[in-house]
Amino acid sequence: MASKTLHAIYTDDDILMQAVKDVRAEHYHIEEVYTPFPVHGLDKAMGLPYTRIAITSFLYGLVGLSVAIVMMNFIMIEDWPQDIGGKPSFSYLENMPAFVPIMFELTVFFAAHLMVITFYMRSKLWPFKKAENPDPRTTDDHFLMVVDAGRNDVKKVADFLTNTGALEIKLVENNDDH
Amino acid sequence: MVVGAIGIVAGFLTAPSSTEEVKEMMASHGDGHGEHAEDSHATMEHHGGAEAGHDGHEAMNPRLEPAHDGGEDAHYEHVLHQLQNRPWSALYIACFFFFMIALGVLAFYAIQYAAQAGWSPVLFRVMEGITAYLPVGSIIIFILLVLSAFHVNHIFHWMDPELVNPESDHYDALIAGKSGYLNVPFFLIRAAIYLIGWNLYRHFSRRNSLRQDDAEDNRWFKKNFKLSAGFLVFFIVTESMMSWDWIMSFDPHWFSTLFGWYVFAGMMVSAITVISMVAIVLKSQGYLEFVNDSHIHDLAKFMFGFSIFWTYLWFSQFMLIWYSNIPEEVTYFITRIEDYKLPFFGMLVMNFIFPVLLLMNSDYKRINWFVILTGIVILAGHYIDVFNMVMPATVGESWFIGLPEIGSVFFFFGLFVFVVFSALAKAPLLATRNPFVKESKHFHY
Repeated sequence: MASKTLHAIYTDDDILMQAVKDVRAEHYHIEEVYTPFPVHGLDKAMGLPYTRIAITSFLYGLVGLSVAIVMMNFIMIEDWPQDIGGKPSFSYLENMPAFVPIMFELTVFFAAHLMVITFYMRSKLWPFKKAENPDPRTTDDHFLMVVDAGRNDVKKVADFLTNTGALEIKLVENNDDH
Repeated sequence: MVVGAIGIVAGFLTAPSSTEEVKEMMASHGDGHGEHAEDSHATMEHHGGAEAGHDGHEAMNPRLEPAHDGGEDAHYEHVLHQLQNRPWSALYIACFFFFMIALGVLAFYAIQYAAQAGWSPVLFRVMEGITAYLPVGSIIIFILLVLSAFHVNHIFHWMDPELVNPESDHYDALIAGKSGYLNVPFFLIRAAIYLIGWNLYRHFSRRNSLRQDDAEDNRWFKKNFKLSAGFLVFFIVTESMMSWDWIMSFDPHWFSTLFGWYVFAGMMVSAITVISMVAIVLKSQGYLEFVNDSHIHDLAKFMFGFSIFWTYLWFSQFMLIWYSNIPEEVTYFITRIEDYKLPFFGMLVMNFIFPVLLLMNSDYKRINWFVILTGIVILAGHYIDVFNMVMPATVGESWFIGLPEIGSVFFFFGLFVFVVFSALAKAPLLATRNPFVKESKHFHY
């Protein structure tokens, strides 16, 4: 079951943005766009759903806060209470101001690191992974749009893409079944 | 012209309600004064009762008893002084609070100019409108300071000449040691310098901004840019000294090196809240069609960020003093936690937890009523913050948020709204010739 995709190369982000809008208006399916830098507003133009990373970040922050509270409670209150600066550690609440910096730092630490790890996992990235971009020029100054030809006439789609300002168009036949 | 006319209508729409308010509040404020006399009697009696209880209590502690006998009259007098201070302090707090908002907006405005910000020029006229309160507020606050200096009231405890007189019973070595800086003439001179400096910047930047509207080139904009940069340097020094003079000196024995920043953070968050609230109100009346959701979103981000910044500074100040527990420093927080438990911790909830949870979500920052709701809580919280900075030193335990406090707040609120909206009505609401205004109109996030 071979699927045909068209790789259209653009050299300007404004033209690319317009092309994305046109292609979507024609109801062709854009599989992916490769760009050398983040293009502002491209996600909206492609109709990608909103990111949920903010929600995960909030939840990870709460995890970090809880870890900090449990950890400090165990270390400083339960396991080895000490009298620091005339403030004996008998109650978490009474000594709380001293633990606030740790609570804050761990909240940030957990939110940041787990968020990055989540991002990697969602993007299927890991160390030594082979790059997926179909054309190395997309890391320099070219933009590449992958359009699924589907059951459309390939020639027609290619002409349409040329009209949107694509400089070169390549037909890629994907033979391996997933 | 059209926008200006619309603005004038806006001014008239808001003016009657506010002048009415002013009158009403003036009346209630007068009541506050009248009632205060009775109030003080009632409290005196109440204290008499409490005193009896005290007697029994202190009899158990023979060491204190001799001092207590003579101290009873002194205690009454002390409470009386505190109660006499109360309406003055209430007036001062409300006056300072609204003055601080205008000053914060002015600083924010100067930052926008100095940074050549591209997003904010559509809001410049809103900011200029709010800073129009600065001259009015300056005059009132200066009058209050002068009245204190002439001993009409005793909210500035250190102004009492007895304290620095080595012959006197009330001689206070610490205050006397500070009298090189903390003396009445120098205090008033400093206040005059700050106020004149700020008002000069406000006057010239507003004038340049209006001239830029009809200008052929960007000459006035460039002038404003330089002026703003200079003003910011002047401002950050004088703001810090102002906070020592006008607030920290209520507790003349106590000091905190962070205090200027702390007041600044509270000032900025209130100022930005007021900018977004005024912008939302004007927009809802249809006068600011060029202000879009992204501008409100940015202001809300600032509200969120500065709320956290304020908490950061509050906590930095609190934790160091709490941890080191040095008597001369820690008294400041002991009086506040023991006598002002509710406002002290309530303000933390209002100024930190509430805005953080409400404004955390990116979409909520674009919902106007959400921003207004959070803004009201933030403003109330920062009023209580100023209340907590002033009241414990001037009235001690005899505090209450009653008629004098609420009356003063309403009075200055009415005045503030009146001045701000009549100033907004005087100029077109868009700085048309500002070189960044096109960028600002198209700003979207």
